Amino acid sequence: MNRATTAPRTTRTGLCLTGVTLRLGDGDGLITALDSVNLTVAPGELVAVVGPSGAGKSSLLAVAGGLTTPDEGTVTVDGDTMSTMKPAARAAYRRDHIGFVFQSGNLIPALTAIDQLRLVNHIGRRSDAPDPQQLLAAVDMADKAHRRPHQLSGGERQRVGIARALMSRPSLLLVDEPTAALDRTRSHEVVQLLARETKRSAVATVMVTHDTDVLEHCDRVLEMVDGQLPD
Amino acid sequence: MFLALRELWFARSRFLMMGGVVALIAVLMVLLSGLSSGLVNDGVSGLKKLPVTAFAFAEGTKLDGAFSRSVVGAAQVDAWRARPDVAAAEPFGNLLVNAHSGSGVPIDLALFGVNSGSFLAPAVRTGVGLGPMDGLVVSRTALDAGLRVGDTVTIDRLGTRLTVIGATGEQHTFGHVDVAYVPLPTWRLIHAGARADSEVRSEVLTEATAVAVKARDGASLDLAAGDEAAGTTSVTLVESFGASPGYTAETSTLTLIQVFLYAISGLVVGAFFTVWTIHRKHELAVLRAMGASRTYLLCDGLAQALIILVMASAVGVLAGLGVGALVGGGAPFTLEAPSVILAGALLIVLGLLGAASAIIRIAAVNPLAALGGQR
Repeated sequence: MNRATTAPRTTRTGLCLTGVTLRLGDGDGLITALDSVNLTVAPGELVAVVGPSGAGKSSLLAVAGGLTTPDEGTVTVDGDTMSTMKPAARAAYRRDHIGFVFQSGNLIPALTAIDQLRLVNHIGRRSDAPDPQQLLAAVDMADKAHRRPHQLSGGERQRVGIARALMSRPSLLLVDEPTAALDRTRSHEVVQLLARETKRSAVATVMVTHDTDVLEHCDRVLEMVDGQLPD
Repeated sequence: MFLALRELWFARSRFLMMGGVVALIAVLMVLLSGLSSGLVNDGVSGLKKLPVTAFAFAEGTKLDGAFSRSVVGAAQVDAWRARPDVAAAEPFGNLLVNAHSGSGVPIDLALFGVNSGSFLAPAVRTGVGLGPMDGLVVSRTALDAGLRVGDTVTIDRLGTRLTVIGATGEQHTFGHVDVAYVPLPTWRLIHAGARADSEVRSEVLTEATAVAVKARDGASLDLAAGDEAAGTTSVTLVESFGASPGYTAETSTLTLIQVFLYAISGLVVGAFFTVWTIHRKHELAVLRAMGASRTYLLCDGLAQALIILVMASAVGVLAGLGVGALVGGGAPFTLEAPSVILAGALLIVLGLLGAASAIIRIAAVNPLAALGGQR
């Protein structure tokens, strides 16, 4: 099994996207999903990216998270240029430095809440991983540690998803529509939790959302239109 | 195996169904293995027990039915005896006969005509060895069927009366019929269709079915040279099994069934894991996005398949052994540890190959699919 770990971070400088362009498709179907995007997110800062469907929000997360490489520009996390890494190295970098919070939590159906967190530790074999039980307690889910995703509400699943993303002590937290399918109250609770953990863990957080009601908890709000972000 | 074990438990009903199919295939494999070994024993155990390196048949004899067609003479036996790589060569008679026991029960026998005191003479556990001209040493299985030492056996049509004087300690059968060893002179009369007091042509008294040849210790038998010198067509002992009635057809049929079963088991396991992997595609994308390597996920998936295959095969083999013990007396069925272990191991290996062909899809899962907009 690939147990290579990337070098431990020394100084956190957050996320920096410089002149990032991403084109999808080919021929007549070629579209520019990201168009010369520049974005800097400091550690402990929660940045919300809003915009209509197809504006390029998910592409921004994909590039920032090393799920794909940009056609132009650079992506750095804590000074490490991720956009030039080979796929295996990017996967290892994701494992060690980046946390993802997906829509509806995207938890593994077979695992209990506590095992969702243990899995991260198992994949990464980290010696400095936080205690999963304490992390669940931090997101108010300690009493439901042994429940599986289908036994949790949407808000609870998102809480577990946030705790799971923080298990690797990430430098960068990428959050994809965390309030989709949640009611107004639960949406506020989840984004408040994200804001709190962003500060507490000193993680640079980018949240993509359609939900304008929760933006008050964010440090900055950027609107993405046609693959472009305001400088 | 962190994830593999937990998914096995979570989706236990699905995996139980899958495991049940593998276990049933394992039961079939064990039964077929036992039947195959049993049929082989029933067909050629009499030949296997002979300390023979090769049989030399009359020149040009085709293997199929060679034991019933071939006739060799004393000169051919002498020619083989003169070979430098031959330790011993003896005339060997083989004839299937119908007979009746003293109590009138019909019995079929494979009469093996051998010279008393030769290397072909059978080891006897019950009674005495070959010697008297009307003495008969039968296979242990004939005793299991009701024949007893001291019983009289009458050959049908000829009326030749023989007495059971001994029995072997193991199964000696040929063409699914119990072997009965008789002195070669007696065999020659029966083969010629003559009664004990009949006049027969002189050449009949030197004839046999084949020359049983035993190589010198450590020597390699030059069959071609021996055949040229003796005017025979020889085959090794193992090759001679093909001359046993029905042996080739039975073994090839069973082998074909076993090959099909192995192929089916690999395909069934492959089909299950294909569906299972497709079902998990989004989950796998999430794991890839979290940084799980392809190797980690492939190993996890293969470990899952291995656990299922080993457990299901073990259950199936044990059930097969149980069923085999129940049917053992009523059919040619012999369970041999090496063949049962081989069947179980093949089932696991082929199942794992089938699973691997499906699980390899994991390597192609794109972590981008984990993002909502890319689903």
